[in-house]
Amino acid sequence: MSEKKPLLEISNIDTYYGVIHILQQVNLRVDEGELVCLLGGNACGKSTTLKTILGMVKPKVGKIMFAGEDVTHQNTPARVKLGMAVVPENRRLFAPMTVLENLKIGAYVRGEAAEEDLERVYELFPKLKERSSQLAGTLSGGEQQMVAVGRALMSHPRLILMDEPSMGLAPKLVEQSFEMIANLHSQGVSMLIVEQNANMALSVADRGYVLQTGRIVLEGEAKELAGHEELRRAYLGR
Amino acid sequence: MSESPVPKEITHSAPAEAAKLGIGTDEWVAQHEERTARKKGLKGIPQLISETVPAWARWVVLLAAAFAFGAFVDNQYLLRIGVNLGLFVMLAYGLNIVMGYAGLLDLGYVAFYGIGAYGYALMSSEQIGHHWSTWLSVLIIIIGTALLGYIVSLPARRLFGDYLAIVTLFFGQVFVQLVLASDNITFPWADDYVDITAGANGIPGIDPFSFFGHKFLNIRDYYWLLLVLVALLTITISRVNRTRIGRAWRTIREDALAAESMGVMVNRLKTMAFVTGAAIAGLAGAIFAAMQSAVFVSGFDMPLMTMIYAAVILGGSGSLAGAVMGAIVMSVLPEVLRVTNYSEILFLAVLVLTLAAVGKSVKRFTINIVSIVLIGFAVKILLGFASIKITPTEEWVVGPVSRALSHWMYVPLDRVLWGNCAFVILIVLIAYFTTTTPRIKTILLPIIGYLGIFLWEVRLVTDVNTTRQLLIGAMLVVLMITRPQGFLGKPRVEVL
Repeated sequence: MSEKKPLLEISNIDTYYGVIHILQQVNLRVDEGELVCLLGGNACGKSTTLKTILGMVKPKVGKIMFAGEDVTHQNTPARVKLGMAVVPENRRLFAPMTVLENLKIGAYVRGEAAEEDLERVYELFPKLKERSSQLAGTLSGGEQQMVAVGRALMSHPRLILMDEPSMGLAPKLVEQSFEMIANLHSQGVSMLIVEQNANMALSVADRGYVLQTGRIVLEGEAKELAGHEELRRAYLGR
Repeated sequence: MSESPVPKEITHSAPAEAAKLGIGTDEWVAQHEERTARKKGLKGIPQLISETVPAWARWVVLLAAAFAFGAFVDNQYLLRIGVNLGLFVMLAYGLNIVMGYAGLLDLGYVAFYGIGAYGYALMSSEQIGHHWSTWLSVLIIIIGTALLGYIVSLPARRLFGDYLAIVTLFFGQVFVQLVLASDNITFPWADDYVDITAGANGIPGIDPFSFFGHKFLNIRDYYWLLLVLVALLTITISRVNRTRIGRAWRTIREDALAAESMGVMVNRLKTMAFVTGAAIAGLAGAIFAAMQSAVFVSGFDMPLMTMIYAAVILGGSGSLAGAVMGAIVMSVLPEVLRVTNYSEILFLAVLVLTLAAVGKSVKRFTINIVSIVLIGFAVKILLGFASIKITPTEEWVVGPVSRALSHWMYVPLDRVLWGNCAFVILIVLIAYFTTTTPRIKTILLPIIGYLGIFLWEVRLVTDVNTTRQLLIGAMLVVLMITRPQGFLGKPRVEVL
């Protein structure tokens, strides 16, 4: 974590939905091996930032660099091929397909899924191995989260984008979910987490950004942010 | 603070069930295995078969049956039904890729079938005067329909669901209108008009297939050809379905946006589905034209489209075995229903099944049946007292079922008039039935049942063409209520 090589760097992004200006001059950076969290309340543009990074929404101005390439004008599959992977909001598993098929689709950009990749995911989440032939829609929320993360890992991503990993999970599962994130991070996986649960996110992250109505209003080390008076009042409820 | 009451666990009544699992476990998830466990008795037999007999073995049995049919059946009529079934299976396979796997609601699909048929007709008849070799024309048709599928898929890239349906529906109608209008085209450089498609008259005298000097003069030749083709398609499609392409198709059907964020090239895969489906339909069309030796554009319009859709949905969208099953039902059933005897029995079977589906319990079901029978006798006796004339039995009876019913049911002199009246009343009653309270529903149900039988026996049973459509429609409705995923489709279960 000392080499400080930027993996993802977005600079001066402006994104519009029609005439509505969503993101204004957003700058954001994720270094190799870093865990960065993007915090903010409802409708402040967190998910839009993620969609812009992934290429589902195109910015009007600005530049997105990923893994040393300018990906601003590339489409989503091309970016996934370069090494982005997403754990979408609400997980969005393919419900009538089996767990195994869901995992395999994660490796789509790499061709047919390799056996050792599957083994790696099963090692991380042993529960998925016994459930591999079960339909993804019949899993519980926590298990679905495992599949979603496993699916993202299948593409050998250089950066995992997580959209609200705590959404729709019981408090205990939220804790487990973040334990898992910390675990992945310790294995050297770079991650950008978009989260409303600032407390949880800051407890595992290296750095953080705070987004407010489409602008980055704060950035800094996670520890600093966790101690920031204003932020605490606004988001941590303490 | 310290005296906060300890929450008491509820141990009585229904929650006891939940308490057994322990508080905090998701009951639905915990009972998943139990729910999917095999049912006992008769209900478990289909599951037992599907668990013990591997899929390939079932296909081999089916193939052997089809082979035996081709080898031993000599009846031309039956063989023709077999050939129609083969064509139907091909069409259902193609649509299964487009609609079942990729989830693209393509309502112009049947046009590719028509284009294949007309393409072959134009290349192998006196219409334009070409008699090209079968190999060449079939190759041109496959490539041509694939290309057209590509063109149609271009707008489909940006469209979903109903929007795509409208665009493709338009494409299907354009084909029909073009064929109808192309019998009278005047080119700017020519004085006289040119007749390309013969319009509504159709193109007769199409050459049969001819491979390696062997002319397909017997309908059995087409049967063998289709059997081989269907077997090859079954193997290929089920293989593809298990690769990343098949998986990607299904993810597009489920959630195209999520699929794209997994790196699936949604547009390319949509195009692939369209192209494959179109080529299969085009090939089927060519075979149809050669076998039939004449083509008429009315055969490639919406009625056939609905039948193909019905086959795929009935069998279970996304399942090849389901497509075969649906094709069997949709192509063989109409032939069976040509015979009024069979259609009468089938009608009563559908009625009884509907009552069983609506009634839910054995007691209710029995009450309904008994009430219908009682209503019948009551009507007959009342009208008998009023000495209203009825149709003599010999004049009305069409088969053993109506003979049996003649002792029970009142048959008016003017059957058309009273049949029509019954039809209107029935529609009104059914409309009322769907919106009323449960109590009135229980009273209404036997009356609707009686009116249904009355209408059927008095008016519909002799009108074969209408009844076929009606019966198939009724069956689809019943099936969709009782088993929405189709015979062999996967039920949708989601915990969200």
